[in-house]
Amino acid sequence: MFRILKKNIETGKVTIPYPPPAGKTPEGFLGAPEIDPAKCTGCGKCIASCPTQALTMADRLTENKRFFHLSYGDCIFCGLCGPVCPHQAISFNGKYNFAARTKKELRLEFSFSLPECRKDTAFIPHDALPLKERKEDSQGFMRGDFADRLSIEETGLKLKDKIQRLFGRSLHIREVDAGSCNGCEVEIVNLSNPVYDTERFGVHFVASPRHADMLLVTGPVTRQMELALVKTYEATASPKLVVACGTCAISGGMFDRNYAVVGGVDRSVPVDVYIPGCPPRPEAILHGIFLALDKIPAVKKD
Amino acid sequence: MKLVFQKLKEKLGGAVLKVSEGPAKEWYVLAAKDSILRITECLTEVFGMRFLFLSGSDTRKENGFFTLHYVFSYVAQDQFLIVQTRVEEKDPRFPSLAHFLPQANWHEREVQDLLGLVAAGHPDPRRLVLHQDWPQEIFPLKKDFESHNKIPRVAGDYVFERVEGEGIFEIPVGPVHAGIIEPGHFRFSAAGESILKLEIRHFYTHKGTEKSGEGKTPEHLLCLAERISGDNSLAHAVACVQALENLGQIEVPSRAQFLRVVFLEMERLHNHMSDIAGISLDVAFSFGASQLMRIKETLLKLNEQLAGTRLLRSVVTLGGVRPDIPEARKEWLVEEIKKIKEDFDKTIQILWQVDSLMDRIEVTGTLKKEVVEVLGGVGPVARASGIDRDLRRDHPYAAYKNLFFRVPVFMEGDVESRMKVKVQEVYESFKLIYDALYAMPQGSLCGEKKPFLPSRNALGYTESPRGECFHWISTDKHGQISRWKVQSPSFANWPLIEYAVLENIVPDFPLINKSMNLSYSGNDR
Repeated sequence: MFRILKKNIETGKVTIPYPPPAGKTPEGFLGAPEIDPAKCTGCGKCIASCPTQALTMADRLTENKRFFHLSYGDCIFCGLCGPVCPHQAISFNGKYNFAARTKKELRLEFSFSLPECRKDTAFIPHDALPLKERKEDSQGFMRGDFADRLSIEETGLKLKDKIQRLFGRSLHIREVDAGSCNGCEVEIVNLSNPVYDTERFGVHFVASPRHADMLLVTGPVTRQMELALVKTYEATASPKLVVACGTCAISGGMFDRNYAVVGGVDRSVPVDVYIPGCPPRPEAILHGIFLALDKIPAVKKD
Repeated sequence: MKLVFQKLKEKLGGAVLKVSEGPAKEWYVLAAKDSILRITECLTEVFGMRFLFLSGSDTRKENGFFTLHYVFSYVAQDQFLIVQTRVEEKDPRFPSLAHFLPQANWHEREVQDLLGLVAAGHPDPRRLVLHQDWPQEIFPLKKDFESHNKIPRVAGDYVFERVEGEGIFEIPVGPVHAGIIEPGHFRFSAAGESILKLEIRHFYTHKGTEKSGEGKTPEHLLCLAERISGDNSLAHAVACVQALENLGQIEVPSRAQFLRVVFLEMERLHNHMSDIAGISLDVAFSFGASQLMRIKETLLKLNEQLAGTRLLRSVVTLGGVRPDIPEARKEWLVEEIKKIKEDFDKTIQILWQVDSLMDRIEVTGTLKKEVVEVLGGVGPVARASGIDRDLRRDHPYAAYKNLFFRVPVFMEGDVESRMKVKVQEVYESFKLIYDALYAMPQGSLCGEKKPFLPSRNALGYTESPRGECFHWISTDKHGQISRWKVQSPSFANWPLIEYAVLENIVPDFPLINKSMNLSYSGNDR
């Protein structure tokens, strides 16, 4: 017993402050790609390097413009696009803390004048780019098979004020793995370790959806987990929040467009907040949880 | 190997149709379908080879047949023997080995579900990978199946095996569990507290990963391999990249080989840390859990500083590694590892003296050596039951042949043994990291990339923190990836848990499960 006490005293306090000091990124962390529009010429070289089509381009010939999109909801932070860029326009600065309420907020768009783009020696014409049909176009994947089980009251009426009043003090979360690779689980388990210690904010992981105020869902929602996810959602008492944690949960990530995957949590149950990352860092998950509660402690959203 | 083939021909006569040599340490035997059982008997009993996995592929376009590959390990000569056989579409039956080789059970059922072939004489032909609501005629690994088609749901039922008698009741658990773990279903039959039977039903996280890999570029395939089982990201990625390097006959520079060892052992460290923490948590000894989770967090931060990602993703690339550990950082890393070792040592010394922990883990969840042997158990689970088996030593890859390490083996097969194996492996990993860092030569990080050989197969493997992990990749006639088979250690070890829990009490199940710490996603893919 004394040895335990001694070790505990020797270890001391390891919990880190939250929110993390502004402007400080974790040392060495790759993070999400950031694009410098001043350097980017819209040549299209990076598009083929992206494994999840987080980077896309579309030429609109009528306007003589090339549109360039970066969707953080699809990005798996693999870093493959950086070295490909001939103009060093893509950099990785450890950006990770950017959970959002809508997928649109996770999308960046730039446009370039097409004749200007063509001047670049690295230019790749539109039809040579690996632009497969957009997910939204493919039939049948728009909604999960069990989305119809949910009544309008459950999907539509979100009593925001009431939720905040009710959950203002403490929050009980049920974590649901809807087919993730367990990377997100590693980080969610880490939330409870002495370093991040979410219990100090009243955030507590519970064993049953019936005890929960919030579902923290990971994974691309596999066909075989879809019913279990919807049933878990139904079992959670209203009012309730749903947070999609990780790139798979937002868009299907690496596993999208596959026979065994529905592709994104919001195709099965309504989602309040999306947390990008593969997996998101513990701080980013915490940020997303607080964003869902509208209870962001003064953290700078970059 | 010549001797092996000579003997095989003597014994089996005309059954062996062709013998050829593969890219690395692989030898291929083409055999008639009906003689598979005889060949397997001969290989395992006469030569002491070990069955690893079965991979089926749809090669109808190339040769008009489905092809089955039975992969065996021949430790005595550090070689792999692959028995190929062909199955016609008109007669999709192939002889089941499950009676003779119980570990083939799941492999054959997987081939049935995904390719539509039929294992004749299989003792349990129920569906495994695809659940009851999939239409009967859907076979995703067939080449004419479109991966992005949505499949309708049909009515169906899955029948669990039942134990009947007075006072016996069933406890269904999952797929959504009480803890923060992955989904899977467990069906207990219990009398009072005692477990009489456990049937596991998995594949809830089946993501069609193998199908997704077909036709991908090597870089994208690696991204996918890293996401088969998140905490074993690097082990899967290295296994995958080694198979790809065999296919392209790419030379990996020596420095990259040593760096791979450093990172692989870093991965083992954080996995074992969280496993031991989990055992401590499941017996409600929170001191051990929080100390070890803290150490794990330190390791993850170290990963991040070295490689840019906490789970060591984006570390390997075709032909080498991406991040370097420059000379200037070597000393710093050694110092950090030393600190972690000291910290771990102190915590573990305390853990072994806590009665409330030891009481729960001794003789709990015992797995007999015979059971593990017959079911083909791998990794720390096998080593805790007295089976001395480690790919790093038996079939050395990366720079392991240049490094010395011990393979800890314990005999009892209970939770305590599994914990002991992991603790000892942690110490070996510390040592391997020092040795690899100091033995690492200067040089480039990445070899020259070359196109893949057409119409070839190649094997890549690692000893992941959970055990043997194999990636088997085939190319078509244009050198594109046409089949990617992933054999994860969890797929080999999951059936063991049904035996480990017998005669234990239901509340000990989480502890036994944690001590084996198998991945659901790695199993289901």
